This record gives sequence, structure tokens and C-alpha cells, in this order.
Amino acid sequence: MSGYLALLGSSFEFFCLVILDLERFALAGQPHWDELEATLQRLENDPDRGFHDLAAAQRFHYLYQRAASDLGRLASFSAETSLRRRLEGLVARAYAELHSAREARDTRWRPLVWLLETFPRTFRRHAGAWWLAVAVTLLGSVVGAFLVAADPEAKASLLPFGHGEMNPSERVAKEEAGRSKGLANRRSSFAAELMANNIRVSLKAVAFGLTWGIGTLAILFYNGVILGGVMLDYLRAGEGLFLAGWILPHGSTEIPAIVLGGQAGLMLARGVIGWGARVPLGRRLRAIAPDVATIIGGLALLLVWAGIVESFLSQYHEPVLPYWLKITFGVANLAILGAWLFLCGRGPTPED
Amino acid sequence: MANSSAVHLQRAPALVIRLPEGVDFALPLAGPMARFLALLVDFLVEMAICYVLGTVLQVLAVLSFDVMRALFVLMYFLVPMLYGVVCEWWLRGQTIGKRMMRLRVMDATGLRLRFSQVLLRNLLRPVDSLPACYLVGGAAFFLSRRGQRLGDLAAGTIVVRLPEDDDEPDLSPLGETGKYNSLSDHPVLAARLRQRVPAAEAAAALAALARRNQLEPAARVEVFARLAARFRALVTFPEESAADLSDEAYVRNVADLVFRRPALPERFKLQAPSLKEAPKG
Repeated sequence: MSGYLALLGSSFEFFCLVILDLERFALAGQPHWDELEATLQRLENDPDRGFHDLAAAQRFHYLYQRAASDLGRLASFSAETSLRRRLEGLVARAYAELHSAREARDTRWRPLVWLLETFPRTFRRHAGAWWLAVAVTLLGSVVGAFLVAADPEAKASLLPFGHGEMNPSERVAKEEAGRSKGLANRRSSFAAELMANNIRVSLKAVAFGLTWGIGTLAILFYNGVILGGVMLDYLRAGEGLFLAGWILPHGSTEIPAIVLGGQAGLMLARGVIGWGARVPLGRRLRAIAPDVATIIGGLALLLVWAGIVESFLSQYHEPVLPYWLKITFGVANLAILGAWLFLCGRGPTPED
Repeated sequence: MANSSAVHLQRAPALVIRLPEGVDFALPLAGPMARFLALLVDFLVEMAICYVLGTVLQVLAVLSFDVMRALFVLMYFLVPMLYGVVCEWWLRGQTIGKRMMRLRVMDATGLRLRFSQVLLRNLLRPVDSLPACYLVGGAAFFLSRRGQRLGDLAAGTIVVRLPEDDDEPDLSPLGETGKYNSLSDHPVLAARLRQRVPAAEAAAALAALARRNQLEPAARVEVFARLAARFRALVTFPEESAADLSDEAYVRNVADLVFRRPALPERFKLQAPSLKEAPKG
């Protein structure tokens, strides 16, 4: 009976509001809008706190529905712009809070969990893109090596950073005799330049995923060409040991990091192309975006480490640092990276 | 998002979000000029940040020139790259430039903006800026129904224009406040009229009143005759209140009823009942 009376009362109120009394409508709604505003403010300031109990969540849902309903009633009043704008703002914010809650239950960022679980899991979830990026880089290396072997003159135009004009044996002799100008007094700035350049290249590999992956594949391939060309140049000159001691310490992190950039770019490309997915482009990209962001975070971290190693370790050669030590460091680096990417976070996920 | 909700485009440059509750609201999309100006302001802010930080970093040269140079390199790389990410995350979708131009980055489906979206839309700028001066991004903007550059498309974001605080209509064409309005003698009909007059028609009436002295006499008569006929068709007032009014006076009275009401919030805040009265759940 009381429910019936309440319904009758609200119907009467509705009749009065719609036909007669905008003032009364706003008078009835104001406390609820204020309460919704306060709740939203609290949720937005501390998104992870959420609601302390079910009743509070239900109350929030009620306030949202009431505000949405009020907005619907107000739609026909042409001059109530400020009130309508306030209600639109409230409803939009409440809608975002309510429906986003399904996607992100906990937005707090835990660095260790991210490092040891989220990133490696994300990496393995898209292992296909990783292996494709590895294959394209290897293909580029083979082509680079072939081009340098077939036409030594091509070296000058293929290899950047002065490698084209450099004779490997002369460089090794100079470095080992300590006659190279090297990086004396500029190791920190060299490390910074390497980090910035490598992160820039990797981010380009990610970004060019939007060109259906063509740009990403081109960057990976060209990176492989340089790598293959330089390697063949040093191997042909009989400087394999120097090459391993020079490249392995930082390359064991830097090269996989750039390939990770390629992986993220190919993930994006898959979202753009939409193989096997019968959902709109926007939704496909929306689904892949968090994983791409995670991979970007991981590759940035790796490139910072690679920059430090390249600047403070790779550029020291025998007799300052024995090659076996540098090679051991590089192999250990690679093993740890492999373990991190392929073994970490293999336990049950929070969803399980 | 709930199944019953949908996002679609109006003919006007706005994203309309239809809630599962059956209510629509529109988010006006930012235009190219506003976005360009925001970008320009942000560029200047980035330069200013680099200048200030650079001045501070020069002190480090006393300790180590190499370290200072390294920090310079990192600063000129990181500030432009992270400025957008940090601002848009902490200022909820706004950079300083966007705040000045009253723009905001939003999720394209109206949901909460996620960090991954902010990161992605900012880190994908290299593609949008190709081959120079954001030509690719600009082309994508004009080709996209939602005015999205490629970074926005990948991140699932849009840039909306926030309404002005002071976009209340100019009511001076209505004359003095408090002038007698015979239509207001019938509050029920007046309320019904307020509800039924569409926003566009109310704005047209106000514009006609503002420009009445610039119209040719014949055009003036015709414009107000049409408007009055339209308003009379929406709500019929008793003869004694409406019969003696010219078409122009009728339109003026209608506009007065529609636009001139005491500001709602102040009055209601004074009379607001206790929150306890609201039903729970």
C-alpha cells in the first residue's frame, strides 16, 4: 500500500514537474545532485577507494539514475542552459565512473607486480608479434650481411654512425692501444644520447604500427640491415672477439628492446587490420591499447639500462676490461632478460 | 558499456552519448583551430619549462660538465615527450594549452580516461606529425567523423570543447526586467510554453528581437508574424491576454517568459530539504 502511495505521489510529482513547475523540479532535485556531485568528487580524487559497502554503491547508482532521469525531463526546456549543463556534466561523470568500474577494478600501479607479472604476461600474450618482429630483424641482418659481402662499396651508404667509413681492424688496434679519442669526459652525455635515440627509434616502431604495420616492419628490417652489415664487416676482418665484447653487453638488452617496439607496433597493426575480429576499429584498438602501453613501459626501461651499459661498459676494451668478462656479462644479461620475459609471472593470474 | 547504450554522431560536430537510461547528451567536438592554438600554447610552455630547467642545470656545470650535458640531452627529449602525458593524466584530460582553449581529452565512449590511452595518444604523435607540421594528423582529423588524429584513433580518445561559463544569452533585446507581461498572468500556460518552445526557436526569437531595427519594415512584419504564429500554435493563451498584442509584442513576451526566470540554484540552495528525505537505493 505504501509502495502504491509512493508511486502515486511520484507520478503526481512528475505531472507537476513536467507541466507546471520547473522551480519545484529543481527544488526536489538539488539535494540529490549535490550529493551525487560530492560522491563523484570523492571517487575521482581517490578512484581506488571505491565504496565501503553495497548500500553506498546502490545509493550512487540511484543518484545517477535520478540525475539521468532529471536530465531527460529537462531536455524540453530551451532556456535552462545552466541547469541542463550541470546535469549533463554530473550524468556524464557518473556514467564514466559506473561503467569504467567494469573495466578497471583496481587502478593502483604496483611497480613490482607490473615488473614481474604484468609486463612478462603481456609480452607472452602477444608472442606471435614478437617472433614476427624477430624474424623480420633477422631477415634484415641476413640482407645487410649479404649486401656488405657482395658489394663492399655499399658499406659506406648502408651503415650509419661512421661505421661505413671505418676499418674494423684499425679501430680495434686504436681502441686497444688506448689511442682512440673515445668517450673520455663524456660518458654520461653519451649514455643520455643513446637512451634518447634508441627510445625514439623504438617509439617510432610502435607508432608506425598505425600504417598497417608497414612502417614498423621497415624500421625493424633496416635495423637488421645495419646490424648484419656491421657484424659481417667485423667478422670478415677477423675481429669477432672484439665485436662480441663490444656488442653483447648492451646489445643483449638494446636489440630485444627495439624488437619489443616492433612487437608493440605489430600489435597495433593487428588492431588496425582487424584479422579475425568482427568488431569495429575503435573497439579493437581500445582493447589493445593497455597492452601496447605496457610493452612501451618495458622497452623504455630496457633502453635506459642499455644506455647505461653501453656508455659505462661496452666502450671499455682490452686491456682495460677483458673481453671474456664483457662477453660473460652480455650472455648473463641476455639470460636474465630471457628468464624475465619467458618465465616470470607464470603462476595463476588475479583473474584466475 | 552497457549493451543498451550507444554512441553515434549527430550532423553537428558533436559526439552524442545515449545512456542505457534513455537519455542523450552531446559533447561538442573541438575544432581544428582551437586544437592548433592549444598545441601552440603547449609548445611555448614546453620551451619555457626547458628554459627554466636549463638555467637550473647550468649550475651543475661546476660539478661536472658531462653530467650537465647528459641532463640537457634527457631534458630536451623527455619534456616534449612526457609533458602531454603528465598534464593530461593529472589535469584529467587537459594540458595548459587545452585548458586555455577550454578543450578536454575524453574517452570516445564517455568512460573514464585510462592512463594507457593518455600515454598512447601522446607517444603516437610522431606518426601524426609526419611529414611535417602535423599533416598526417590534420588529414586524419578532417577524414575522421569524430575529429580524431591517428593517436586519438589508436587510444580511443576524442577532444571535446567545454561550454563557456558565460554563454548565457544576451537578454537586452527583451527590454527592462519587470516590465508587465500579460502572458505571465497564466502560470500554467506559461510553464507549458517554456517547456514546448524548442531551443532553436527561442534563440531565433531573441535574435529577431535584437535585429528588429535593422530589418526592412515588410520583412520585420513577416518575421514576427511567422514567429508569433508558431508560438501561438504551441500554446493558446486566453483572448484577454493575447488578442491585443501585436505579433512583435507577442514574440517579445514569449521570449521574456522563456528566458527571464530568476536563477534557479541560489533559490533552491536556500530551500533545499534535508538529504534524509531522499529515498535510499
